[in-house]
Amino acid sequence: MALATGTPNSQLGKKSSRFLVTWRRLLRYPTTIIGIVIVLFFLVMAFIGPYIAPYSYSEQNLQHKLEPPSEKHIFGTDQLGRDIFSRILIGSRDVYMVAGSATALAVFLGLTLGLFSGYRGGIIDEVIMRSMDVIHSIPPLLLAMVILFSLGPSRFNVVLVVGFLYIPMVSRVVRSVVLELKTRQFVEAAKMRGESSAYILFKEILPNVLPHIAVEGSMRFTYAIFLVASLGFLGLGVQPPSPDWGLMVGEARTWFHVARWVLLFPAGAIALLVVGMGFLSDGLRKMLLPGGVSDV
Amino acid sequence: MARYLLRRFTFIILTLFLASIIIFAVTQLLPGDVAQVVLGQFATEAALKNLREELGLNRPLYIQYLDWATGFIQGDWGNSMVSRTPVFPMVMQRLRNSSMLAALSFMCYVPLGILLGVIAALKRDKALDQIISAVSMAVVGLPEFVTGLLLITFFAIGLGWLPANSSISPDTTFWEALPYMILPAITVSLTNLAYITRMTRSGVIDVLRTDYVRAANLKGLPAWQVLTRHVLRNALLPTITVVAMGIGWLVGGLIVTEQVYGFPGLGRLLVFGIQRRDLPLIQASCMIVVAVYTLANFGADILYGLLNPRIRLGK
Repeated sequence: MALATGTPNSQLGKKSSRFLVTWRRLLRYPTTIIGIVIVLFFLVMAFIGPYIAPYSYSEQNLQHKLEPPSEKHIFGTDQLGRDIFSRILIGSRDVYMVAGSATALAVFLGLTLGLFSGYRGGIIDEVIMRSMDVIHSIPPLLLAMVILFSLGPSRFNVVLVVGFLYIPMVSRVVRSVVLELKTRQFVEAAKMRGESSAYILFKEILPNVLPHIAVEGSMRFTYAIFLVASLGFLGLGVQPPSPDWGLMVGEARTWFHVARWVLLFPAGAIALLVVGMGFLSDGLRKMLLPGGVSDV
Repeated sequence: MARYLLRRFTFIILTLFLASIIIFAVTQLLPGDVAQVVLGQFATEAALKNLREELGLNRPLYIQYLDWATGFIQGDWGNSMVSRTPVFPMVMQRLRNSSMLAALSFMCYVPLGILLGVIAALKRDKALDQIISAVSMAVVGLPEFVTGLLLITFFAIGLGWLPANSSISPDTTFWEALPYMILPAITVSLTNLAYITRMTRSGVIDVLRTDYVRAANLKGLPAWQVLTRHVLRNALLPTITVVAMGIGWLVGGLIVTEQVYGFPGLGRLLVFGIQRRDLPLIQASCMIVVAVYTLANFGADILYGLLNPRIRLGK
């Protein structure tokens, strides 16, 4: 890092050496690598899944229902004769879309609220944070269930609800980082120079909040997959015949005494992705926020 | 201490009040026409009118809320729309069952989680720690319906040790219900166990780094004394907050787990209520869950205050 003197070449050197350091840090934790591999695998599946899936996700074939895994159907078929492998492949797009949009919504609104609230302080901060506390005082799954009862279960509503529920967690993290940054000298200096609030927020504070947002966002995404799948399982989330993994497990419950594969494959897919994502977000934390072991 | 408690208590009351407004608003305002939501799209105009009459939906909103809220406080929770019987005894019975399951899980995962967390922290970065950390990291993300169904597959269907189905009669006594609660309790415990292990681990590692622990080590205090007198006393304090925060997960976990096993608890009642669009039942179960949840957090606050000298002795 001592090379950083400003010529384009040494800039490049600085960047690549930083990359190397990061990469080495990453390799110290094999779990992170596992996480990255799993998440990327399902991400690729989300893109190409619909094209390489051998069958349609909704095509029923009642003559071949509850068939065990075979050459024709490598994960077997479900109670309506649908190919489980194809459903899981195509379902991975749903997982990324639903949980991903929900996370994006929560991160965007939580970031905005947290930045604003932490930077302004005073009564506005107090009001925003107390209302976040109140939302937080109802267990997320419970609140999601009643809101979906009222709005009606649909993919769009699930995104809205899950996104909305995670705003308090994100904004709380952002706010605490902003409060800490506000007292730092570079922010003080920018104020002294007479920079505008917008400049300080976006050019001085925001870049330093980003690593925290990356870690928090990846964690929220993990929980979002979890929550969306749980809602699907309870029958309150994404509705049939959609190949939502949680919904598949919920539907399979009636059949798994006679046909275990109907349940094990979608359950395994959820477990694999959630665990992979958990590993990945933990690796991100170790990489981007080294030293901060104790934050929740 | 008294002021601390008073402040927390006021906050709890305020939280409950606001949470009740949220629940009321979400269930009764958000749908636009509650009668339509309850009866479905194809309800006749007469049926809708009857229901609006019965629920008093024609009155001003604040009166509807006040009526509902005061009724709730007095234990008049209305009648279930499905079974036409009072909601109160039904919810209370299910609350008892859920509490039994929660208590059983709680007694499993809190001590075990703390123990594993302390071990992982003391063996930091050694093989044992990496195993504990990786496993807990993996398990913490598994939804309860996945772990629950896997447990059923192996322990109930495969080995036949425990019942696969826990849909017992709601008035079963604790000892009779115990065998039916073991698998659900393990299911609920796993997620929370992993969470507490991780948090305890990082708490203990933080304390191990402090100067006073180094001083205690340097002055030649035996390792176990450093651990019990200095490390644990300080590391367990934040763990109380962690345990309290985990209660939110416990509630969510219970709802899903009860559904997996068919255990007759509050969560199952709530899901049933939502499926049958039984409004009074939904509102009452939600409110009681939130109340218990908030009180549990209050309990954690009291415990935290009692154990933390800065609060106990402060004014």
